[in-house]
Amino acid sequence: MARELSRQALRGLLREIRPESDFEASRDFLSDGMLDSFDMVALVAALDEACGISIDGADILPEHFQNLEAIAGLLRRYGVRP
Amino acid sequence: MNFVFHGRRVSGLLAVVPANEGSFLEEMKNFNFPPHRSLKLKEVMGYDRHRLVENGVCVSDLAVFGLEHLIERGLLDRDAIDALVLVTQSPDHLMPPTSSIIQGRLALKPDMFCLDINQGCAGFIVGLIEAFLLLEQPAIRKVVLINADVLSRRTSPQDRNSFPLIGDAASITIVERDAPGAVVHANLKMDGTRHEALIIPAGGMRMPSTAATAVLEDVGDRNLRAKEHLLMNGSAVFNFVQVEVPPMIESLLAAAGCAKEAVDWFLFHQPNRFMLQKLADKMDVPYSKMPSNVVEQFGNSSGTTIPMVIASNLAPRMLKETFRACLAGFGVGLTWGSMLLALGRMNFCELIDYPNAIGNSNAADNSKASRSHG
Repeated sequence: MARELSRQALRGLLREIRPESDFEASRDFLSDGMLDSFDMVALVAALDEACGISIDGADILPEHFQNLEAIAGLLRRYGVRP
Repeated sequence: MNFVFHGRRVSGLLAVVPANEGSFLEEMKNFNFPPHRSLKLKEVMGYDRHRLVENGVCVSDLAVFGLEHLIERGLLDRDAIDALVLVTQSPDHLMPPTSSIIQGRLALKPDMFCLDINQGCAGFIVGLIEAFLLLEQPAIRKVVLINADVLSRRTSPQDRNSFPLIGDAASITIVERDAPGAVVHANLKMDGTRHEALIIPAGGMRMPSTAATAVLEDVGDRNLRAKEHLLMNGSAVFNFVQVEVPPMIESLLAAAGCAKEAVDWFLFHQPNRFMLQKLADKMDVPYSKMPSNVVEQFGNSSGTTIPMVIASNLAPRMLKETFRACLAGFGVGLTWGSMLLALGRMNFCELIDYPNAIGNSNAADNSKASRSHG
């Protein structure tokens, strides 16, 4: 599996979890009610599978899932290029 | 805190689950979430079926049923029980201790030690440590450790955070002395500053039950629960487990001088499949050595899940073989503990159903029916 994930692919994974949300329009997915803690878990499972990585469970923190930039930053730590 | 015990063994293990089964697909219509989001949760967490008591069944009902099963089959001599330790968060009453109720219902001898411990998902580790300590006394030769909870009765069916994972169960573990060469290593940590991460706010002395505490409320997370229901901060608990458990296991194995590869089984508390697989990834342990299939079949029954993972995955082998097992429990308190010991050559290892028809404690003695999964 490729260790890269385009912004478009990331938005696609988010839309699979919350199709009703506009992830481009928000700077804080959690405060805006677009993701909750279980959605973060679902997203991590999807990112693990899509990128061939295993995100450390201790990294499943709200600050890493606030917006597209934060998620991309987390992925970079696991060697995944945006 | 590290512990070392010499000459202790688990000589038998029985798990008891209610025959009544709930289905996630059926229950998700009670949740205030779109079906696709609940289905995603099912897929990731491994939620599918769980065992739930009905008709007011209590902890003592499950425990007495299991103990009678053993006594009637000659697997346990009632007069040989010197101590009965019950670990539960859902006692029959605030007082007296439920262990005393179990002792009375079984007409066990008065010359014995009964003790209730309020613990949850680390309760098997805490209970074993207590049992091992009791065996220091010459008068105590056999300890019956019971882990049991019926927390579904205090969990809102409209709370998607908690209800899908909860299961009810009891386990009976016989703990005895062994040859002096048998060494058990354990460690245990507690952090009460985080006690609100898992809590039933009402029903005790701090917030007595009233009509108001029974009212279902949405506190902003789309789940409906009352103050008398289990409240779990899922993110805080998840993070706690991922941060605290791997170093705890490293520390345990280092204290025991045991390489990770020399451990046959990592038999951990069963919160959900995702959390366990994340632990296995972080600890670099193969999934095949860390079973994570209890929550999908039976639900998470707090301190009973380690006996459940043993009885449902290894029952026949536990009678004939001996394994080096690393156990770990983590949850309410917050509490986290682990233990490295030899498990096997048991006199019995079995999982049975508590039949639906039995009902409450007054009727519990009337049925002897059980279905073995062993």
